[in-house]
Amino acid sequence: MSKPKTLFDKIWDAHVVKQKDGYPDVLFIDRHFIHEVTSPQAFDGLRKRNIPVFNTKRTTATADHNVPTKDQHLPIREALSRHQVETLRKNCAEFGIELYDLGHPFQGIVHIIGPELGLTLPGMTIVCGDSHTSTHGAFGNIAFGIGTSEVEQVLATQCVLQYKPKTMRIEVNGKLGKGVVAKDIILYIISKISASGATGYFVEYAGSAIENLSMEARMTICNMSIEMGARGGLIAPDSTTFNYIRGRKFAPQAEAFEQHVEQWMELKTDAGAVYDKVLTYDAADIAPMITYGTNPGMGIRVTDRIPTENELKEISEKNSFSKSLEYMGLEPGSQLLGKTVDYVFIGSCTNARIEDLRLVASIVKGKKKSPHVEVWVVPGSKQVEEQARKEGLDKIFEAAGFELRGPGCSACLGMNEDKIPAGKYCISTSNRNFEGRQGPKSRTFLASPLSAAAAAITGKVTDVRELL
Amino acid sequence: MNNPRTTNNDEPITIRMSKEKFLTLQSTAVPLAVENIDTDQIIPARFLKATTREGFGENLFRDWRYDGDGKPKVDFVLNNPTFTGKILVAGKNFGCGSSREHAAWALYDYGFRVVISSFFADIFKNNALNNALLPVQVSDAFLKNIFTAIEKYPSAIIEVSLENQFVKLPDGTKESFEINPYKKACMINGYDDIDYLLSLQEEIKEFDFKSREPQATSY
Repeated sequence: MSKPKTLFDKIWDAHVVKQKDGYPDVLFIDRHFIHEVTSPQAFDGLRKRNIPVFNTKRTTATADHNVPTKDQHLPIREALSRHQVETLRKNCAEFGIELYDLGHPFQGIVHIIGPELGLTLPGMTIVCGDSHTSTHGAFGNIAFGIGTSEVEQVLATQCVLQYKPKTMRIEVNGKLGKGVVAKDIILYIISKISASGATGYFVEYAGSAIENLSMEARMTICNMSIEMGARGGLIAPDSTTFNYIRGRKFAPQAEAFEQHVEQWMELKTDAGAVYDKVLTYDAADIAPMITYGTNPGMGIRVTDRIPTENELKEISEKNSFSKSLEYMGLEPGSQLLGKTVDYVFIGSCTNARIEDLRLVASIVKGKKKSPHVEVWVVPGSKQVEEQARKEGLDKIFEAAGFELRGPGCSACLGMNEDKIPAGKYCISTSNRNFEGRQGPKSRTFLASPLSAAAAAITGKVTDVRELL
Repeated sequence: MNNPRTTNNDEPITIRMSKEKFLTLQSTAVPLAVENIDTDQIIPARFLKATTREGFGENLFRDWRYDGDGKPKVDFVLNNPTFTGKILVAGKNFGCGSSREHAAWALYDYGFRVVISSFFADIFKNNALNNALLPVQVSDAFLKNIFTAIEKYPSAIIEVSLENQFVKLPDGTKESFEINPYKKACMINGYDDIDYLLSLQEEIKEFDFKSREPQATSY
């Protein structure tokens, strides 16, 4: 019998076109997503070499990072942003790539539209010039972010040169407590292992708490794998996965689908396969989480105090710790609970799927936002927006005083028009709390959609369990 | 040296030289003793709107370098004329966060050719290597020595030899660093990954075709 393999190894090995001493593996890529920010220089490279796209069917484009979320039917106001989106349009037309542009019913954040269109499937290799490509791993595939030079490699050859990373298994077992959702699980894990704790690894998430999650929730977990340094994260596909995929636009249909399910059922780690590292957590230990600092590893239970310098595990981190708290305008050892927030951002590839909007609606239904808080709800895609309207969520948000916008990356990254003003506190369902991430000098608290909704109602950092 | 042209019994590979070559560098260095420097600090997203690779150096470390009115912040090291050079020395986990290659382009465009740290984020490391910017990973202890050396003598010349894979301080102390032989050869010779991949086109085509068959797990 052959040596037991991890799921990661199985998929990787099945995609190696060439292995050669001293060289990185030539890894074949099944699905490539592109967007306006990290692709223009790659297309320029093709033009300079005078070569076509290797296989246009394997690349799909959308505009998301640099688009406004208001008045999407009008020309983009800002000249440079407009130029970038127009460049994507021009490149896709010239090279023959399918583009879901502004106004198209499939437009949205690249990591949200892939899965909802059935382009993201188990067993694949998937890349995109965006670090949150790890999201797609929720379907049991190898998905990771790449730089623009690598985008050019994929366009030109449908391959990337990669060294095989080490493997890590993270198990979460048991039942989640009241008010605890996928975002809390991943913020908890990152707070335990730090923002660099999984660098050099590819993570497989497993255990009963993970198996019981919906696809949307699994995507939230895999999405933030990069925030602990991992290139990606994946979850073995199961009936939850297959039920999600069934009937999606570009997924195999009818008999072909059933044939694929048979194949996909084999996508799991063999008994006795060895990982380079294994971590195990108890779901009962996880509470609603929030970050207080300027990297996603700086997270605490919402009811905990911010640590003091003396409580930090690594002495070397002290320097960055005080810089971080100074930026955030927070005192070591203080409580975040009750801290006034100015903005609430519900959106991003981490938490802008329909289930996230339902979670928010479950908290705010029949309530009004706190008067001093501005609340933006930005659906991850046109389809999510349509679905929210169909379910009447838009009415709930409107009645609460929330603003439901058009799809895009929005205030997650401080690139488009949606920015949090300097000095303001934003509780955000996005993935990064870096200095200035949501706009110059903006201050970010990362939390779940439930916790963000609770803060929108009370106007301050709140333990959502008190509202349930 | 492990030269990709001659490894194994395979056919020799024609690789066009398209990048600047790197062999060894002797330069003063700029100390930035901050950990977890993410690519949003290196180049904030609002400066990623260009469609070319050039000009990003202007906005390197934009929000640490300038205040809201665009005036240089005197306490930031890039604004301190005492520290200059082609080597940036930074705290551990440099380049974490976003995959934006613009971070590597900005460092290169500003004039850096080497970044020394005790730990690099994966995607940044790849991006740097693809852009003739050498990421050099040293031990925590040696990193501390480098910081001490340049803070004491800002004119200290640090030697980074890619050929022999070491970093040497003026007092003669040195530490070796790791780099993959393929990437090393690429940097030394100015090779480009795409040229290598293009040479494999026929094999890739066959793979692409086979992977579309219904019994394959991918398509």
